[in-house]
Amino acid sequence: MNAAGNLPAWAALLTALCVLVGAAVALIGSLGLLRLGSFYARVHAPTLGTTLGMASVLAGSALYFSVLEARPVVHEILIAAFVTLTTPVTLMLLVRAALYRDRTEGSGEVPGGTWRRPRR
Amino acid sequence: MNWLLPYPLLSAALLVLWLLLNQSVSAGHVILGSVLALLAAWAMAALRPEKARIRRPGAALRLAGLVLIDILRSNLAVGRIIVRSREPGVNAGFLTIPLDLRDRQGLAVLAIIITSTPGTIWVNYDAAKGTLLLHVLDLVDETVWVRTIKDRYERRLMEIFE
Repeated sequence: MNAAGNLPAWAALLTALCVLVGAAVALIGSLGLLRLGSFYARVHAPTLGTTLGMASVLAGSALYFSVLEARPVVHEILIAAFVTLTTPVTLMLLVRAALYRDRTEGSGEVPGGTWRRPRR
Repeated sequence: MNWLLPYPLLSAALLVLWLLLNQSVSAGHVILGSVLALLAAWAMAALRPEKARIRRPGAALRLAGLVLIDILRSNLAVGRIIVRSREPGVNAGFLTIPLDLRDRQGLAVLAIIITSTPGTIWVNYDAAKGTLLLHVLDLVDETVWVRTIKDRYERRLMEIFE
């Protein structure tokens, strides 16, 4: 399956650019996981990959298949919609779990840390 | 009409989803997709969710464009912090914002906007007090962030949903 040879040069270059930009943005996001100090700060890093990184790779995919098949291929937009709708659920679940843990431990770093053990 | 199409927006979205997945607008797929969309809407009606009312579709489109630009800009901002900053995340902190928005759908959309924008994350919403707890990666000036959330997003969401 080597259909990529039929792709005109301009489309190949643009596709490569889109995919590389997306990969670079996702890489910077992953680097953030390594460099950022606290858990709450680290949660911000992967959102780079799920927004601009994802959009750029999907734009490359849509362009590649649209040019190759000579018709608009836009079902990548579904991936964008579902990733955008589901990432916040995961991230909020992680952050709220961390917040709950820190509050029960009485950590001074999080606001509202006066959680009391429910009476039996 | 109401019994046939209890959730017209949901049915329309499902039909579009079906056609996009099959990459076809042939009559067969339109019919099959419509039947599936209707059945799914009836199943949804059994759960009796609150009906979303979008009062100003134009305002919703403008908000979507604004959010796309903001996501692009904060991607660059967060990327710069990660790559350039010598001690990244040193300005990170929590922020409490009083919200006037009460509509559940509006709050859900606000949660998606805030969380998918790099650099801000929705932590907790206190429904009794109407306050929102956020975590911000680059919390230098609290008032700027409060103004961004309230003026840019909340005001428009209230126009759309309330």
